[in-house]
Amino acid sequence: MTDVIIPNAGREQSTPQNADLRAAALRPVLETPRWWWPSIIVLTVLVLGGIAAWIYQVANGLGTAGYSDGAFWAIYEANLVTFIGVSYGGAVVSAILRLTHAAWRAPLTRIAEATALVTLPIGMVFIIPHLGDPSRIWELVWPPYWNLTSPILWDFFAVSTYLLATIVFFYLPLVPDAAIALETLEGEAPSTRVTVRKTLYRVLVGRFGGTPYERGRLNGAIGLIAIMIIPMAVSVHSVLSFAFASSSRAGYMETILPVYFVVAALYSGVALVVLTVAASRKLFHLEAFVTPRHFVRLGFLMIAFGAAYLYLTFTEYLIDGYSGTAGASAWVYQIVAGRYAIPFWIYFVAGGIAPLFIMMFKRLRTTSGVVVASLLVVAALWIKRLVIVIPPATEPLVNSPLAKGGVLAGNWGTYHFTWVPISITLAATAAIPLLLLVVFRFFPILSVSEIEELAEEHGTQEVGA
Amino acid sequence: MTTRHENELVAEDGAGRDELTAAAVTIGRRGLLRAAALGSLGVGVLGALTETLVAAAEPATSTPSGPVKQWCMIIDLRLCNGCKVCTTACQTAHYLHEDQTWMNVYTMTNAAGENYFMPRPCQMCEDPACVPVCPVGANFRTPEGLTLVDQSKCIGTRICMNACPYDARYFNWSDPVPAPRQPFKQEPEWPVPQVKGTVGKCIECAAMLPTGQLPECVTNCPMGVLYFGDLTSDAAVNGMGATIKISTYLAENDAMVFKEEYGTHPRVYYIPGHGQDLNNNPSA
Repeated sequence: MTDVIIPNAGREQSTPQNADLRAAALRPVLETPRWWWPSIIVLTVLVLGGIAAWIYQVANGLGTAGYSDGAFWAIYEANLVTFIGVSYGGAVVSAILRLTHAAWRAPLTRIAEATALVTLPIGMVFIIPHLGDPSRIWELVWPPYWNLTSPILWDFFAVSTYLLATIVFFYLPLVPDAAIALETLEGEAPSTRVTVRKTLYRVLVGRFGGTPYERGRLNGAIGLIAIMIIPMAVSVHSVLSFAFASSSRAGYMETILPVYFVVAALYSGVALVVLTVAASRKLFHLEAFVTPRHFVRLGFLMIAFGAAYLYLTFTEYLIDGYSGTAGASAWVYQIVAGRYAIPFWIYFVAGGIAPLFIMMFKRLRTTSGVVVASLLVVAALWIKRLVIVIPPATEPLVNSPLAKGGVLAGNWGTYHFTWVPISITLAATAAIPLLLLVVFRFFPILSVSEIEELAEEHGTQEVGA
Repeated sequence: MTTRHENELVAEDGAGRDELTAAAVTIGRRGLLRAAALGSLGVGVLGALTETLVAAAEPATSTPSGPVKQWCMIIDLRLCNGCKVCTTACQTAHYLHEDQTWMNVYTMTNAAGENYFMPRPCQMCEDPACVPVCPVGANFRTPEGLTLVDQSKCIGTRICMNACPYDARYFNWSDPVPAPRQPFKQEPEWPVPQVKGTVGKCIECAAMLPTGQLPECVTNCPMGVLYFGDLTSDAAVNGMGATIKISTYLAENDAMVFKEEYGTHPRVYYIPGHGQDLNNNPSA
């Protein structure tokens, strides 16, 4: 396992490798590249545009977002699922790879955890435009109003708990890094930026002194959270699927739905981690630490979930289509060959087959190949969520089953995309890089102490650095 | 097909009926979800707290003098000509948008390929699918058996629209139709005008019933399709003034309820006559 042993790679001494690593981890904090401010401004404008669209929606009603009684759930619900879903990448890369002792995770964990930290609140925010009357959202946190039999209330509990765990999971590995960063900043010329960071790191470090005992306890705590966060992540998307499944609509009332949601979240989550890691590597020059091998490994992890998802999709449609009951058959027909066929087949090709194809051949399995596959997955899985959410919400429940072609051609509702939800979706998408840039402005982009520890244990070759 | 159920229902008085229903379906939707919620909490103290909270969310049971009325509706499909006067009367009375068809008349096709018409008000289920899913408890069932929406609580998640198997719920996607001063207080029994961003649905004109008036759709139906009645006194009337004994009428005319297999136990009974099978529904 240990390919290369670097003598004196201990944490206390500063070897050339370690010095490089520490400098690279703090580069986004200390340096302002030329593209930084223009990017921040463009992304902020997009976010403000979304907020303006939401204000317009509040003033004029949800109808302005293209909703109607024939399509009562659509893009906001799909976005809620999508954005909370992509936050699973953090849980997978950090927690699952930690628990399986995959040393190569080390340079990726901070970026993965930051992605989770940023995307989860963005997903939660979609509760607000989703509601008809957001001014009464406080009823969800005010126990006298609680109806504990409602899946939506439990969604809210599950997602809030998961958010708390995500924050802790981001914070704990940051403690030793903040100590290291504090040390590194000592050499910097005093400026407001340095002073603010120093104060922040001092707060984060607290009374952590870095003794072997303290490190042991900290690693124990991180391991515990890593174990806890996995069932939490599973519960979030399962309960989210219950909100859809507690109905009598074909396509929602499915026993497969919770599993389907969880696997889709893992799939798209890993894909988004690939994208954020690739972007960070390029923008902050992390080529020495994040190697092509990382992308190939993430790519394999991704298509493992992708293949599982394709299998679940096949199972669902095959069995429902075969059932012969009017509702389920009509729903499958509409998706596979009817009014929802185009988005479904876009998912199938771009999000199902193409990533598998790219990862299958060594010549396509390059860094850019994996990035392209991940882009396809993130986009296609958003489309797939629309295909999950919209068809059953537009299904006519009172219809004449005996009419010639009745159910198939019947009174299906239609969702019309308007500029309001599109602006809000764009804003949420822009918020991911915006918030990530801000996060890396304050916190080291690499998990320095984890990389050092694992390099010491397994050799730099294994870690990838 | 449904005679056993109906005979049980109407043979008993109002108090006994709920018990019978509970016995027939050992664990209802609400019960299942509540049990699941309690199970996941798993702690007795928290369980007690839950019960208190759930109880607090339920409406207070006021017992007026005499047996509590149990409202029901009987729809004689043999008579409906699809004129939709019921729909417009309802929309006029409740100041609804044109597409808010609380009382909707569907055009259906029977086995012979002929069209027939099927009015669909709220089915006023005894075990409604819409009530347990609301996160803030805005849906509730009155002691008289009416399922109503408290629009001052509703936050507009629309999960009840997802749960209802009858497409009987309508959202206020834009500003409601402005209404003049109403004879009744604006409350779940008379949600006029509607509230933007909340869910509305047929209320069987709940506020008018204690004054001795029939629901607007029943009064205005020119064909006498719609009967409105009280299961405890076993009598119903239509807008033409015809009075029926509910138990006999349902049994003699092979009454059925819509989508019986969902176990919602609707209190709207349909009298078929065109070879319909209401339970062969498209979304099973």
